[in-house]
Amino acid sequence: MTTQTRLVEVRQNVLKQNDVLARALRERFQKAGVFVVSMVSSPGAGKTALLEKTLTLLREKYRVAALVGDLATENDAARLARSGAPVKQIITGTVCHLEAAMVESAMAGLNVDELDFLFIENVGNLVCPASYDLGEELRLVLMSVTEGEDKPLKYPTIFNSADVAVITKMDLAAAVEFDQEAARKNIEAVRPGMRIVPVSSKTGAGMGDYLGLFQPRKR
Amino acid sequence: MSIVEFAEEEAERRGSPRVTAVYLRLGAFSGVVKDALVTSFEIACADTKLAGSKLIVEEVPLVVYCSKCEEKRAVDADHWFKCPECGGDMPEILQGKELQVTALELDE
Repeated sequence: MTTQTRLVEVRQNVLKQNDVLARALRERFQKAGVFVVSMVSSPGAGKTALLEKTLTLLREKYRVAALVGDLATENDAARLARSGAPVKQIITGTVCHLEAAMVESAMAGLNVDELDFLFIENVGNLVCPASYDLGEELRLVLMSVTEGEDKPLKYPTIFNSADVAVITKMDLAAAVEFDQEAARKNIEAVRPGMRIVPVSSKTGAGMGDYLGLFQPRKR
Repeated sequence: MSIVEFAEEEAERRGSPRVTAVYLRLGAFSGVVKDALVTSFEIACADTKLAGSKLIVEEVPLVVYCSKCEEKRAVDADHWFKCPECGGDMPEILQGKELQVTALELDE
């Protein structure tokens, strides 16, 4: 007997499961009145330093918490916990990005109804996180002045998937001859009209504009 | 991984013992690199109903809409979101983010 082969048509978005779950999370966050911000960048761009500062400053007025993803170690959660905000580490093992399901399970134990802001720090990676919606309200992509102005051109999809570009380590800009106008042009090329916020987590420069991005839903 | 899982479930549901090919639409702006996908697909297929199957990738260009020209424009890495005709910004993506399984070849 010969084997018959047949071609069946299907239409299945590969990331559909994630998209469906992310939509559900977004609705849940909106109902709970919590403003959810995610951060993506390459490793070492300064996500954790900026987030530590963010949590410390916002905590004076608001109820904040953070989830932080890494392949291994709880080092970042320990660093962020110094801010005094509740922080949960998501260890992804071999996975190079966060997915909506990981956010959902990490939320167990956090009472989102009691929060004004929830921050999600993604795994340091400019490739895969672009494809995974986490249900966030605002996605920040960070690029540090030490990385070179052409990062947006090299990783257009992640810059396009984000809402705001935050340029970090501005205190080092002069030392590395960072060309902010070139960076702006490159960001514009992959996401026309994108808002750009330069900051220094170390000196606090630009933090006023940066913190203005976060608007509490509850009053 | 989810491509293999989906294809296995689909084969199971349709009573097929083996998947011989998977047809995939892959957008230029999907965030997935074709070569990397093909290599990891082969690895993910081992010891499944898809062992030895082919991944047939249809590459979909990025198409954006220029509101000034009122035209669709297929673009590439040289100018993702700048209109090649009028030079204006075109932030609206019409296609190119696809990562979609469109068909499966199944043994009876």
